[in-house]
Amino acid sequence: MKFLCVDCDEQMGFEERQEPGDGTFGASFTCPRCGHKVAMLANPMETQLVGALGVQIGGRTLDEQPMELTRRSMIGRDDAFDDGAGTGPATVRWSTESEERLAKVPNFVRGMVKKIYVEWAAERGIREITPAVMDEARTDLGLEGM
Amino acid sequence: MGPVNFRTYNEVKGDDRSRLVAQVTAQRERVARRLESVKRVVVVMSGKGGVGKSHIAATLGAGVASRPNQRVGVLDADLRSPTVAKLLEAHGPLAVTGEGVEPAVGRVGVRVVSTDLLLEESQPLRWREPQSERFVWRGVLESGALREFLSDVVWGPLDLLLVDLPPGADGSVDLKELVPNLVGAVVVTIPSEEARRSVARTMRSALEAGVPLLGIVENMSGYQCDECGTVRPLFKGTAGADLSSEFGVPLLARVPFTPITPDAPPSDGTAAELVEAFLGVLP
Repeated sequence: MKFLCVDCDEQMGFEERQEPGDGTFGASFTCPRCGHKVAMLANPMETQLVGALGVQIGGRTLDEQPMELTRRSMIGRDDAFDDGAGTGPATVRWSTESEERLAKVPNFVRGMVKKIYVEWAAERGIREITPAVMDEARTDLGLEGM
Repeated sequence: MGPVNFRTYNEVKGDDRSRLVAQVTAQRERVARRLESVKRVVVVMSGKGGVGKSHIAATLGAGVASRPNQRVGVLDADLRSPTVAKLLEAHGPLAVTGEGVEPAVGRVGVRVVSTDLLLEESQPLRWREPQSERFVWRGVLESGALREFLSDVVWGPLDLLLVDLPPGADGSVDLKELVPNLVGAVVVTIPSEEARRSVARTMRSALEAGVPLLGIVENMSGYQCDECGTVRPLFKGTAGADLSSEFGVPLLARVPFTPITPDAPPSDGTAAELVEAFLGVLP
């Protein structure tokens, strides 16, 4: 998918994606010449269809996690996976508020989500994961509902 | 206002930032890389449900794994009605490592992955919201899960990976797209004419997709008395022999129904004959 600024005949550049948490998806694009911005808004079904393919609009910013699509999409048992020590670098700590928020994520997918947040934070030199960090990572990575 | 003139997708030469095709291609490459350590991938299929397909898949898996130097995995692709994990006595949880998801290890060391290990007891396969128009994307999600079962599971070096397909005609076609080097299919039927017609469609579909048919197993081919061992007819028909003749595919075994242990593999003698015949047709 490409977006073209018709006035400038320039391909618009991907700016950012937004997932407001209601099952919809948005992505903004900017013309590099005139700065004109447009937003693409997808309804829940379109969002789900793209998600079901295991791909991300705007490109992947993080390597695909093992069984990522299955764990994100399936309603499974709490003890299905043992993520053990594989939840990312230990140099990143969690604030109490962010731990409480993480605890609301279904256990079926929690270990994977935790690892994603920790790796995202570690790559940016962030030492503590707070709710604000989680919000930023969620938008950046497209972690709908996590 | 006149028509708006603008260039087409292919005329705009800039990179497609989402690179969705590249992402899908990368998924396929992950499957191929993971299966590099697997010598043979064989599907067990049937056009008809309730013929004991998973039972045969489990018997073949455990039987081959019992042979010296045979490492076997079984992937339960019957996502909605998974039974192989229980038949092979494999239990979770599945350990996640840096390499991927480790399969459960069942009877005689068979490595198993199944939605039975992921779903709550007695709960159906369900996906997250939205619940509307589910029929549109449910199939896509199931295909994606099957792809991940192939690519993201640490199967390790295997001599044989059996894929227990759900009933229906398209399973082997879908899998052939994911696993180009699929070596073939074992087809399971029961003796009845209804089963023959249904299974014939599935076999035709597999052949059209380029999946070689390795052999046919006629399950529940008779009722075996648990006292005297006599086998009497259970269904009217000779589907196994008929399909064998029609498609020129060997009938590997006729497996009798054993009422005393319906959940257990066939008696040792029958299982051994089935496994021997199966190994004989493996390329």
